[in-house]
Parts: sequence; C-alpha cells; structure tokens
Amino acid sequence: MTDRRNVSSIIRNPISRRSALKGLAATAAIGTAPGFVRYSQAQSSAPIKIGFQAHRTGIGASYGRWYERTTAAAVKLINEAGGINGRPIEIITEDDGTDAARGAEVIEKFANQHKTDIVYGTLFSHVVVGSAPAAGELKMPYYVVSEGYHVASGKMNRWVLQPGITDVKAQTRSVAPWITSNVGKKITMIYPDYAFGHDHRDFFAPAAVEQGGEVIAQIPIPPTETSFTRYFPQIPADTDVIYHVMVGPAVLTFVKELGEFYGGSGPALFGFIDSLEAVDINSPGLEFLEGSHFWEGMPRYLQEGASEAEIAYRDAVGLDENGASVNDPKDVSTNAHSFGCWETLYVIKAAMEAADYKGPEDRAKLIEATEAMTEFAEGKEHPQGDKVFNGKIHQCFGHQNISVVENQKLKVVHRTSIEDGMYEPEADYTTQTL
Amino acid sequence: MMPGAGSRRAVALHLAVIAVLFALNFILPEYHRGIFSRVMVLAVFAMGYNILFGYTGLLSLGHAMFFAAGLYGAGLPLYHLGWGVPESFVVGLACGVVLSAAVGVLALRTTGVAFMIVTMMFSQVFYLATLYFTTYTRGEEGLVLPQAARRVELGGVALDLTNPASRYMIALAMFSIVLLATLALVRAPFGRTLVAIRENEERMRMLGYDVFRAKLSAVILSGLFCAASGAAYALLFGYVGSGFASIQYSILPLLWVLLGGAATTLGPLIGTLFMFYVIDITSAYTSAYLLLVGVALILLILFFPRGLLGSIRERWLPWLP
Amino acid sequence: MGFGPYFLLASLEGLVTAAVLTLTALGLSLVFGVMRVVNVAHGEFFMLGAVLAWAISTAFAGHPSIGFAAALLVSPLVVGGVALLAERLVLRRLNYDPEATIVATIGLLYIVQQLALTFYGPDARPVQAPFNIRVTLPWFGYSGYKLAVIAAAIVLVIATWLVLTRTKVGLVMRATQYDRETAQAFGIPVDRVYAGVFALGAMLAAIAAVLVVPIQQAHYLMGRDPLLLSFIVVIIGGLGSLRGTVVAAVLIGLSDGIISVFFSPTLAKMLATLLVALVLVFRPQGLFGAATR
Repeated sequence: MTDRRNVSSIIRNPISRRSALKGLAATAAIGTAPGFVRYSQAQSSAPIKIGFQAHRTGIGASYGRWYERTTAAAVKLINEAGGINGRPIEIITEDDGTDAARGAEVIEKFANQHKTDIVYGTLFSHVVVGSAPAAGELKMPYYVVSEGYHVASGKMNRWVLQPGITDVKAQTRSVAPWITSNVGKKITMIYPDYAFGHDHRDFFAPAAVEQGGEVIAQIPIPPTETSFTRYFPQIPADTDVIYHVMVGPAVLTFVKELGEFYGGSGPALFGFIDSLEAVDINSPGLEFLEGSHFWEGMPRYLQEGASEAEIAYRDAVGLDENGASVNDPKDVSTNAHSFGCWETLYVIKAAMEAADYKGPEDRAKLIEATEAMTEFAEGKEHPQGDKVFNGKIHQCFGHQNISVVENQKLKVVHRTSIEDGMYEPEADYTTQTL
Repeated sequence: MMPGAGSRRAVALHLAVIAVLFALNFILPEYHRGIFSRVMVLAVFAMGYNILFGYTGLLSLGHAMFFAAGLYGAGLPLYHLGWGVPESFVVGLACGVVLSAAVGVLALRTTGVAFMIVTMMFSQVFYLATLYFTTYTRGEEGLVLPQAARRVELGGVALDLTNPASRYMIALAMFSIVLLATLALVRAPFGRTLVAIRENEERMRMLGYDVFRAKLSAVILSGLFCAASGAAYALLFGYVGSGFASIQYSILPLLWVLLGGAATTLGPLIGTLFMFYVIDITSAYTSAYLLLVGVALILLILFFPRGLLGSIRERWLPWLP
Repeated sequence: MGFGPYFLLASLEGLVTAAVLTLTALGLSLVFGVMRVVNVAHGEFFMLGAVLAWAISTAFAGHPSIGFAAALLVSPLVVGGVALLAERLVLRRLNYDPEATIVATIGLLYIVQQLALTFYGPDARPVQAPFNIRVTLPWFGYSGYKLAVIAAAIVLVIATWLVLTRTKVGLVMRATQYDRETAQAFGIPVDRVYAGVFALGAMLAAIAAVLVVPIQQAHYLMGRDPLLLSFIVVIIGGLGSLRGTVVAAVLIGLSDGIISVFFSPTLAKMLATLLVALVLVFRPQGLFGAATR
C-alpha cells in the first residue's frame, strides 16, 4: 500500500515543489525524477523498511505519540520527493512499552520477522541501552533519537548511532556559559537520582566551574517521589539559580511546590524542557515559571523570524503557533525532542544514498557512510539548524536554544553555538569490526 | 504422588518436553527461536517462584530482588572487573543464595499477607539500591555487557553466548536442569514436606517437623533458581538495568505461575509462553493491545481458574506433577 | 533555613503524606479486610478517579471549586459503578478465589490502563485546587490546600469509622469480615455484602484520588504507587483495623518525611522502607492486628 501511494504521489508531484529542496535532498530528487523511478522499478522498487521502535505505552507514551507524528510527516515528504534511491520508505512500528527488555525483543522482531533494513526512533535511554546488545548481535543499524550520552560514551557498539539530536553532555556544556554570565554563579542542582540525572550532575558541574560558576548544592530526588517540598530547605539561601531537570508526571507538582515554597521571591530558575514536554506552560500551578529560563532543543512556540524550513516543518508535523496539535490545542507537543526524528530520517536518507544502499547486505556500508558524514546544513532536512557529526562517537552536535517564559509562552532569548557544546571524544567506534 | 504408571508417565512427559524444545531449535523460525530462548530463561524465574508460591504456599511480591541479584551479581563483575562468564555466573548464583537466606530469615517470621508485604518492601529497598549506586549500575539506564566479553572457553571449545543457536542450547540446558530438579524435588520427601506445610503448617509443627527450616530451604532454593535466571539473562542477552528489580518483575512471575498453574512443574513454562505470545500477537493488530491482554487474562482465569495446567490436571490428567 | 523550621516543614510534609496514604488505603483496607482478595486493580480505580476528576472539572467553566465539587460527587459514583460491574461479571464468578482473583484483577488493571491511555492520553494533567491559599510562615510558604487534605482525611476516617461501628451496614460488614460462613448462616447476604464492599472500596479510592489530584496531577500510570503504599499501610496497621491503618500511615509518612532531613534522599527512602518492613518482621500481625491471622 505504501508503495502504491508513494508511486502515485511521485507522479502527481509537480517538479516545482521538488526544486525548492536544498542540499542532499535536491541531489536525491534529481536522481529520482519520476521517469527514472518508473524505469528503476523493474529492478527494485520494493520499499525500504524502517523499523520504528515506538513508546506507545508506558512512561514514554507522551513522547511516543509525537515521535510517531513527526516520523509520519517526514516519511510522507521523503516519499513524495522520490523516496530513498528511488525506493519509498515503509515504516513498521512496534511498541516497546518504554521497557528495556521488550525493546530488545522488538529489535529481534524487526530483524528476524519484519526483516527491516534498519531500526530507528527510540527515545528513552534505558530502552536504547537495553536494545543495543540485540542491535549489535544482529548487525542491525540502530538510529536513536534519545539525547542520552550513552552513544557518545562509547559504551554501546558500532551499530548504534545518534545523528539527529545533541546529547545531554553537549547540551549541559552549551548552556553553562550563558547561565553563569546571565543568571547567576551560585547554582543549586535538583535532578532525579538515576543515570539521566547523574549525567546532568557530572557534565554540568565541571562546565559551570570552567565558566567561573559554582555548584553549591546537589539535590538528587528519588524517582519514586511524588512530593518535593521536603527537599527545598536543602537549597542554600545564597543560591542564585536553581538548575532543575526532572522527568515524568511528577514535574508539575515539583514546579508548583517550588512556587508555594518561595512565593514571589527565591532564586532564579533554569530548567530543561524535558520536565514540561507535552505539558501546557499555561497549566494552573505553573504561573511560578514566569520569567524563568529553559533549555529547548527546538523551540516549542513559533518564534518571530523563524526560518522558512522551520515553518514548513511545523506545518508538516501539524503544530500550531503554540506548539500544540493543530487539531487540539490541549495536545501539546514534545517538539524540543521530536524534531530529532525528522532530522534523523533525513540523515538516514542521505547515508543510504551515499552508500548506494540496496538491501540488508549493505548494512555495514550504511554504517560507514553515516560515520563518514561530518556536517548537516540547515534547511528542510535540518530545520532545527546546522549540525556537526562526529563519526567516531556516532553523535551529532547542534545549536541549543535558551528560552524565557514570557506571558506564559516560551521565547527564545539565546541560541548557543555548536562549539559551546563540543567536548573531547571519549571513544572511537570506527575501530570496532563490523 | 503414587509411584508407578503415573510416575513413569510424568518422567516421560518431562523428557518429551525437553526433547521437543531441543527439536524446536532446528524448526522454529529465527524470531521465534530467539523468543523461546528468552522464555526458557524467564521460565526458570517462574519455576523458582513456583517452588515458594506453588508448593510451599508463600506468596512473595519481592522476587524481583532475587532475579536482579543474579542479574547484577553476574553483570557487575563481568562489566567492571573483566571477569569471565563462568565466574560471573557463579557470583550471580551466590548473590541470590546470600540475599534469599537473609531475606528468608527475616521475612519468614511472618506469614500470609504480611510475608507478601515484607518481601515487597525488601525488594523495593533493593530496587532503590540499584538506583542509589548509579555510579556502578547506571541505574535505570543500565549497562551493556560488551559482546566480546560474553564468550566462554570450555576445554578448548569457544562458546559464543551471542550466537542464537548456542544461546538457545544454553537456555535449554539450564531450563532442563531446573525442570528436572523441580520434578525430583516434588517427588522427594522434602517436596512433600513443603506441600504439607502449605496445606497445614500447624499440623506439621506438631508432628515434629522443623517448619522454619523447611521454609527457609524453600526460600533459598527459590532464590537460587531466580538468581540463575537473572544471571543467565544478563550474560545471554547482555543487558543489566534496574527495571528488572522493579515491582513489575515481582508481579510477572506470580502471573506466569498462576496462568500456567501453581504447583505444576510445567505450568511456569506454559504461563510465560502464553503471556509473551498474547502481548506479541495482540500488539500486531492494535495499538490498544493491553485491552486485549486484559480481556484474555480474565477469560482464561474464568475458564481455567487453577491456571492452564492446573485445571487440566484437575479435570483430566490427575497424574500431572 | 535553621534546623527548627526545617524539621517543622519535614513534619508537615510527613503529615500530608500520611493523610494521602490514609485516604488511598481506606478503600483497600475495606476490600482487603472484608473480602480477603488481593485486588491488584485497586490503584487503577484510584487512577480512574483522578482522570475522571480532570475530565469533569475541565467541563465546568467558572470558579475551579465548582468543577472540583462536581468531580468529588460524580467521579466516585462512576468508579463505584465500574467496580460493581467488575465484581458481578468476574470476581463473583471466580468465587473470590484468592489466586484466580489476582490474575483477574491484573487483567482488569491492563484494561483500565489501556482505556485511560486511549481516551485520556499519556499526558499528566493538573486539576485546579478548589482554592489557592498560600500559608505564609516566617521561614517558608506552604500550600493551604495541603492542609485541607489533612483535614479531609481526618473527616473521612471518622465517617468510615462511624459507618463501621454505628450502623447496621457496618455491623454486617464486620460480621462478614470476621467469619464468612457464620455470617451466611445468620442470614447475611454475603454475596451482596461483597459486591457492596468492592464498590465502596473503589469509591473511597476515587474520593481519595479527587482530593489528591490537585497536589499530584492525573496520569494514566499513577495507580501503581498508591496501590503498593496502600497494601503496606493496611498490613502494617493490622488487617481490618481502621485505627491501625491510620497509625501506620502516620508512622510511614512521618518516618519518610523526617528521615529525609538526615540522609541523602534515596538513601532516606531505603532506610524508611527498611524500617517499616522491620516493624512487620517483629510484629507480624501488624500494629493493631489480632495475634493470629
């Protein structure tokens, strides 16, 4: 079905639309002009199957829904523009229940039952880490959109890549200079007491010190906690800024209780939007966030002067100007992360084209082609901005946005440079055999 | 448990099950072979649970800690200290034995629902500990055991645990050992003592049995099996994470055992298989598959209130062990 | 902040935790106490109550207290209805067999969770408190609504206690709890009592959820922790002892709150859990339970 729809849409699609594409997609489009596709169909017009490991149930379901929508939008555009190497993409989705064990089973299902060409799309770190062994054993290219430091740390394997979203180490390093020079130097960190929170602790604190700041207190919160007020007295009185990164539904409680505790006064706040993805900034109880700052991967609200590519991306995914679904203003997106799906799919497309990918026998070539990439130009394929890719650690680096909550909307006030987030690579996957 | 025809039939049945599982390695499509490897490992977890719940009548909601003790006990030395697979596996077993002995001594002061809650709380402490020591465990994110480290040299023969066929055979070997051990146990005097304790603890005490000691032995044996399952899971599938210590993994073995039939030797395997395929098949048809899973569980238990094998034994095959 | 105010805050928080625990455990103590079935879906009734509270309260415009009041009325009724249906269709047919019930209620848990996910969605959504008062103390501010939750818990406990001890319904329930066969012999319709208790337990969970949801937000996976904590509270208190349930909730709430003053948070959680578990180890019948089962 995907096949047929794709072919007909290629035929219907006017050339003018395609000519608007830039960069790699444009080259691809030339190679896959309608006539060419029809001729090459005889050889191989079978779809390229991408297994999509989605969080449909479990704690990641809010993200999963937007990852699915973004994926569908990107695939539709790619297929309309001729697919990859003249072949349409077919997305096969399996729910991993946001569970590490099921994640690994799903990888096996993709490889052995669905016979997908690659697997893609995972967000939650424990699912990525749980699935990585299976991907490595089955020699299955595994493109994740997770922002964890797991890939860049070198602890996964050569088959796991993260080319579409900056990792947490680079994120924290990017925002550190801005925080210390604009918000305050004495920082108290509040973070969940497990790996994701520890990454923030371990990467942000040294970065802040480098910039002349000082982390004066670190408060890890047990993940089973549903109430936070009791921890607030541990925040030193001379704190300039509270750096908070919390995940999960308890986040609203956290912010609300912070408001109750401090009232109108208290330290400034700097948070990671991870806390409030899929949550309306207008929600009752979040008034306290007014004037505070957030990291955003990609801005949730439509910003003045947004690029044409970004607007096109938002329209394709179905985001209104507040970053909610155009069909339901209460259905708020996870745009700071889900853009990574879009960009990752375009990286896959470019890599498959560079490797002249024909089928599963070319998987090793695909990995090498991805590793050989160094830069992604800003444009329709990369609406969030240009990026640098380090093939040795399989990780990309991009610009980060810092936004202020103003009139209950997020407004970007600073955009970091790619260099702000760069760090010395700790690994080299390319030395592993394929 | 009368010796004779039923007994011989039971032994034959178990050997046949093992033979069929052996043959399946060559017949099953790749995906299902992989699934059977996982299910056999997890069925050992369920069999361990069954020793305590099915035969001894002690409902624990904390068995995740024994599974996780094996998982971490085997995974951490291999990951951090570079130990080999056999040594790591033994450490995993040892962790399970030590933990279950300690938990048993304390928790067996209670019975019934109090035992259920005490084990649940100990398990919660274990779960929190895996997070508290995130520096070593990487908490919920977990660790990947490197592929290169997951191989064994046995007398000059290299066994690669990441190879699907050897993985299947190792899982089958462990499953068979535990299955036959369970069968031997329920036919041995000790097994009958446990069942008698389940039926009437007070009477056994008055008859002069050391009930506490018997129950403690059951807890430790159960902990050992569960730890073996956890350790094998870590080494065979290469991932260690605190999700396996969460309450979900205490409820799952209970569910598997009840579905297959408590106090049946083969029930845990049936229950684990059933639960896996219900999820796998329903999720192919709808994204709201948990609804179907729930309905399936309720229907199954309405028509097989003693679990699949338990009800079959009750109605048709009374000789089933 | 000085040690005194810190301690005060920790105690206040401990009391709120205790109140929330008491509220969530009340329903379970009835179901578990009278019917002796491990209802794994109890937490899902709680979740359903919270999710419905969101749906109902957002349907009303105007002052948040109107929507909240409506939720407090309607949500428990709907949840009670669902529970009654489940009891008639499933539990009764299983003859309340303890083991079969566990499987059935796990099935129910999946069904309710999936329905919530499908119709309510995966997001956490806040319900506005009926009033928004910030109590300002010299050292810190505190939520007025949280104090109201403590009061509500006290009122509900007293009401439940009065029903159990002063009414015929309560007498029938206690008789059934004490000895099912004898109660049946005395002409008590045990079957109907069970249905009523199951529905009432679910309704209490829903009431608790509506009261708690302005502090905690509605989310489709929110049912698990209240379930576990409720079990703990009911057992530590002593099965069937309302007084025990309250004392256990206060013990757990305060130890949780106060230990967190002295240790790093996760370690504090571990120690508090261990401490409470040891209470049960050395007093297996619970704080106020009878010596035998």
